[in-house]
Amino acid sequence: MQREQENRKVLKIGLTVAVLMVGFGFALVPLYDIICDITGLNGKTGVLAAQDVRETAVDHTVVVQFDGTVNSDLPWSFRPKQFSMEVVPGKLYHTEYIAKNISTDDVTGQAVPSVAPNEASIYFSKTECFCFTEQLLASGEEKNMPVTFIVSADIPKDIDVLTLSYTFFNKNRMTTAEKQQAGNANHEKI
Amino acid sequence: MSHDITHDGVADHHDHDHKPKGFVKRWLMTTNHKDIGTLYLIFAFAMFILGGAMAMIIRLELFQPGLQFVEPDFFNQMTTMHALIMVFGAVMPAFVGLANWMIPMMIGAPDMALPRMNNWSFWILPFAFALLSSTLFMEGGAPAGGWTMYPPLVLQGGHNVAYLVFAVHLMGISSIMGAINVIATIMNMRAPNVGYLNMPLFVWTWLITAFLLIAVMPVLAGAVTMLLTDRYFDTSFFNAAGGGDPVLFQHIFWFFGHPEVYIMILPAFGVVSEIIPTFARKPLFGYVSMVYATAAIAFLSFIVWAHHMFSVGMPLGAELYFMYATMMIAVPTGVKIFNWVATMWKGSMTFETPMLFSLAFVILFTIGGFSGVMMALAPVDLQYHDTYFIVAHFHYVLVTGAVFAIIAGVYYWIPKWSGHMYNERLGKIHFWWSTISVNVLFFPQHFLGLAGMPRRIPDYSTQFAEFNMWSSIGGFAFGLAQVFFIYIVWKTVRGGEKATGQVWEGAKGLEWTVPSPAPHHTFEDFGPVDLDKMAHGKTH
Ligand code: HEM
Ligand SMILES: [Cu+2]
Repeated sequence: MQREQENRKVLKIGLTVAVLMVGFGFALVPLYDIICDITGLNGKTGVLAAQDVRETAVDHTVVVQFDGTVNSDLPWSFRPKQFSMEVVPGKLYHTEYIAKNISTDDVTGQAVPSVAPNEASIYFSKTECFCFTEQLLASGEEKNMPVTFIVSADIPKDIDVLTLSYTFFNKNRMTTAEKQQAGNANHEKI
Repeated sequence: MSHDITHDGVADHHDHDHKPKGFVKRWLMTTNHKDIGTLYLIFAFAMFILGGAMAMIIRLELFQPGLQFVEPDFFNQMTTMHALIMVFGAVMPAFVGLANWMIPMMIGAPDMALPRMNNWSFWILPFAFALLSSTLFMEGGAPAGGWTMYPPLVLQGGHNVAYLVFAVHLMGISSIMGAINVIATIMNMRAPNVGYLNMPLFVWTWLITAFLLIAVMPVLAGAVTMLLTDRYFDTSFFNAAGGGDPVLFQHIFWFFGHPEVYIMILPAFGVVSEIIPTFARKPLFGYVSMVYATAAIAFLSFIVWAHHMFSVGMPLGAELYFMYATMMIAVPTGVKIFNWVATMWKGSMTFETPMLFSLAFVILFTIGGFSGVMMALAPVDLQYHDTYFIVAHFHYVLVTGAVFAIIAGVYYWIPKWSGHMYNERLGKIHFWWSTISVNVLFFPQHFLGLAGMPRRIPDYSTQFAEFNMWSSIGGFAFGLAQVFFIYIVWKTVRGGEKATGQVWEGAKGLEWTVPSPAPHHTFEDFGPVDLDKMAHGKTH
C-alpha cells in the first residue's frame, strides 16, 4: 500500500536523524575544544608566538596572581611561593610553587592550569611548566615546581590583573580495571 | 497497514467493538491507538503518584529546620528521583497518551501510522522505570546528584550510574519512536481532505514537539553515554585530570535540556488551545499566528541553552547573547497568551472544570514566564541561580503549566474515552483545592529564593522556617487533592451520567463526531471527513 511505504519512509528518515543527532552530541566534544582554543573560553592558556616576545612600552604592567589547589583525591599540600607579581607584557618571568606529599605512599600528580579572566587566557603562555609532565613525589617529599611564563605584548590595555590557577589531581587514581582487581583480591582474602 | 495490523482478525464493520479478549491480547500485545493511549495515561498517573510521594518526603523534611526524618543523602536521592520520574515518567508519557488517543481521531485517521512500534514504545517504559527505581533498594542508593546529572558529582555515587544511564537510554528510545510515530501519523494519515491548516492546534503543537524530541533525545543519550564511559572505561570527557572539562557536560546537557522544557509545554499549549474556544464558544483567535508562534518557540529553544549556566564563568559576550536570546522567547509566548485572552474576549463563557483548569493555566503559567524572564537577566541570575527562586519558576511552568493542562485535558476528553460525564461538583472542588494549595506550595518559594535559600538541601537556617512551613502545608494539601482526582477519574470510568457524542455544546473537531465512548475503531475507511465539523481552515 502506498501509505504504508510512506510511513516506512518517515520511519527511516526519523531514525537516521536520531542516529545523526547522537553523532552531533559526540561532535560537540571536539567542537567545544576548538571553540575554547580559539576563544580561550574555558581558561586554557595560549600558545607562544614570535610576536608575543617583544619590548613594549613600560607604562602598561599586568599583575599576575598565583593560585594553587589540590583535588580532594590527592594527599598533597600545594601552594605558590609568591602570591602575585607585577609583570611587563612581552618579557619572560619565572616563579615557583611548592608541593609536598603528606601521605605515607608515593603518589603521582598532574596539575591542570587555567587562567582567568577568560579573555586574558589566550595572551598568557607558559614556556616551561611543571604541569607539562606528571610529577612523582615520594612519601613526605617536598619539591619546588617551576613555571616560566610570558604575557603577550598584544594583551589589551584594559586587562591589568590576571590569575593563574593550578589544580593538582591524583594520577594514581586507579583505573576501573585495577579497582576491579583490587576488589577481587580483597574478596579472596575473605 | 494500520488497517490490518490494528485489527484483531475479524474484518467487518459492525458498530459493536471487537476488542481482543484477555489481558495479554488486549493490553500487552495491543496495537490500538486508544488502548495504547490508555496505557500511557495509566502509567503516567502511576508515576505521578510515585514521584508525588517522593515530593511529600521532601516537603516533610523541609517542614521545619533541622534534620528530622531522613538522612541528607536520602533526601538528595529523593530530589533527584522525584525530578527524573516526573519529567520522564509522568509529564512526557501523559502527553504521549493524549497524543495517542486524540491525534488519530482529530485528523480522521484509523490509527497511528506505525502501530506495532507504538506498542513497543509504550512497553519499554515500565522496564526503564523499573531499572531506575531499583536503585533505591541497592547498596549506595539511588542517584543523588540532581536530575541534571552534573559530573563529577553524579559519578561519585556508586553503581547507580549504570542503571541511571541505561534507564535514560530506554526512555530516549521510547520517546524517539513515539515521536517518529506522531510525525508519520500527522504527515501521512490525515483524512484526504484535511490539510495542515485544518488541523487542531493540539495536533500542530505535537507535530512540532515530535521534531524537538527527535533532535534532542539522542543528544541526551550521547551525554549520558559519555558519563558511563567516564565512570567505567576510563575516558576523560568530563574529567579535568585527564584533559576533559566538566563544563562541557553542562553545555551538552542543556542543549538537550532547554528544548526538553518546551517538549513538556508545547503540547500543553495545544490542550488549552482546544479547551478555551470550546467554553468561550468562539473560534480560537489568531490560529495561524499560534502555529507560527509555536514554531518560533521551538526554533529559539535550540539557541538559548546557556541561560542555565550564567554562573559557570562565561565571557561577557556569551552572557549577553544568551540573555537577549532568552528574552526573545517571551515574544512568541506572549503572542500565545494574548491570543487565548482574545479568544475569551466577548465570548459566552461557561466555567466547567476543564475551562477552570485552562484559565488557571493561562494565569499561573504567565507567572512562571515572568520569573523566567527575570532569571534570563544574566547579572541578576547570579543571585537567583540554584536557589528556591528557580524551584518556584519551574514548578509554576511545569505544575500549574504542564500538569494543569494535562488535568484539564483529562476532564475535557474523559467523557469521550469512558462514555460517562465526570461529576462536575467534584471536579470544581478538585480545581479549587488544587489551585489554592499549589499557590500556597510554590508562591512562598519565590521569597525563600530571593532571601537566599539554596535548592537541593535538607536543612536550612531558621530565618526560612515560616515560608517553608507554609510551603509544606500547601504541598500536603496539593498531594491529597490529586488522590481525590484519582477517585474522581475512577468514579467516572465506572459509571456516571451518559455522555453524548458531542459532549460539550461549543466543541468543534472530529473527535466529537464519533459516539461516546469512542468505539474501538474509528475512521476506518480513510474517507474524506466533514470539514464543517472542524474548527479551523474555513470561514464560518
Ligand atoms: C519565557 C519563558 C522562559 C524563560 C525566559 C525561562 C528562563 C529560565 C532560566 C534563565 C532558567 C535558569 C535559571 C538558573 O538556573 O539560574 C530556567 C530554568 C528552568 N526552566 Fe525556564 N524559562 C522559561 C520557560 C520555561 C518553561 C515553559 C519551562 C517548562 C515547561 C521551564 C522550565 C525550566 C526548568 C525545569 C528549569 C530548571 C532546570 C534546572 O536547573 O533544574 N522554563 N528558566
Ligand atoms: Cu532553559
